[in-house]
Amino acid sequence: MGMAAADLQFHVLAVDDCLIDRKLIERLFRISSCQVTTVDSGSKALEFLGLQELDQNQPCVSPSNQQEVEVNLIITDYCMPGMTGYDLLKKIKESSSLRNIPVVIMSSENVPSRISSEGWSVDHPFARGGFDHVTRCLEEGAEEFFLKPVRLSDVNKLRPHMMKTKCKSLPQQEAEKMVTKPKQESIEIANVQSQAQEPQQQTESETVQQQQKSQANNNNNKRKAMEENLSPDRTRPRYSSGLTAV
Amino acid sequence: MEIVGKLQNRFMEFMRSLYREGFLDDQFLQLQKLQDESNPDFVVEVVSLFFEDSEKLLNNLAMALQQQVVDYKQVDAHVHQFKGSSSSIGAQRVKNACVAFRNFCEEKNLEGCMQCLQHAKHEYFLVKNKLETLFRLEQQILAAGGTVPVLS
Repeated sequence: MGMAAADLQFHVLAVDDCLIDRKLIERLFRISSCQVTTVDSGSKALEFLGLQELDQNQPCVSPSNQQEVEVNLIITDYCMPGMTGYDLLKKIKESSSLRNIPVVIMSSENVPSRISSEGWSVDHPFARGGFDHVTRCLEEGAEEFFLKPVRLSDVNKLRPHMMKTKCKSLPQQEAEKMVTKPKQESIEIANVQSQAQEPQQQTESETVQQQQKSQANNNNNKRKAMEENLSPDRTRPRYSSGLTAV
Repeated sequence: MEIVGKLQNRFMEFMRSLYREGFLDDQFLQLQKLQDESNPDFVVEVVSLFFEDSEKLLNNLAMALQQQVVDYKQVDAHVHQFKGSSSSIGAQRVKNACVAFRNFCEEKNLEGCMQCLQHAKHEYFLVKNKLETLFRLEQQILAAGGTVPVLS
């Protein structure tokens, strides 16, 4: 059973209420060989991810959607009407099925430097006692916080994060080691391909650097893949050393 | 091919002036990096979206500031959007005009806001004019059989 080209591609879900920014972010990721889905709101993002909200406090996963959508990264704007990027981040991290998807926040501003007059919501940069967006987001589990406008160099930083969610793309030697371990029947080792084959559209030096990085990450990744959905620990780093018998 | 050379030089000189005079910043260069044979019209497409979006925003701003009771949150929301989109395409002077505008929104200063709106509008039409000229120059080069030079 060979691996389809699509399996090697990362799929990014981009969330932004601004059309121009959606177009930009889509192009940034497409030029980096990623598949991209864009939506204009947090609620549409959750819908896409298969997380339907029956009521405010109990999001549930819609089983029919869950299998089809594989998302390796969610990148979202911070300031959006309705559900902010921060709200979306929280909902994702609260979901057992989605919490391992890396989330990146983008914003046109960080520190709300002004003291408010009344009437501004707490998320608004003008709000009194408004929070430092970066700290809030990183504390809630965001991998990165980018100031807009986002650039290619920012997008290139995200590859290692996306690699974490792809347990299929392991090098041959690692896969062979895994065959002998009892609890790993569920991992499709037949679908392994050498890392050198992807990604395609990068400069040579970047590719080498990232291969080296992802090589290091992957040693932890296969353990992480097994621990997915088991570990209640949301804090970073996410690589759990408390393994069950392997 | 002398014509192409002349057109290319005119184009380069014009581009340089846009950066020098602060109409465009580095983000515009980033946009151009995203254009290639598979997406040859990317910059024009994004800039066209910016034009459409901006004209709506300017109208909305004018209306919002004309209300009996001005909703400064609403005004600020529009300015925020305008600031974001101008920043995304590298329209530096428009973006800077929006920064000043937001300060007046926070102070709920109507006079200040009205002045900023005029300023932002002025800067917007200036850069729109410049960009349309730039795209025309590109078309002229292509029509003469040349390729559009890339400024680094």
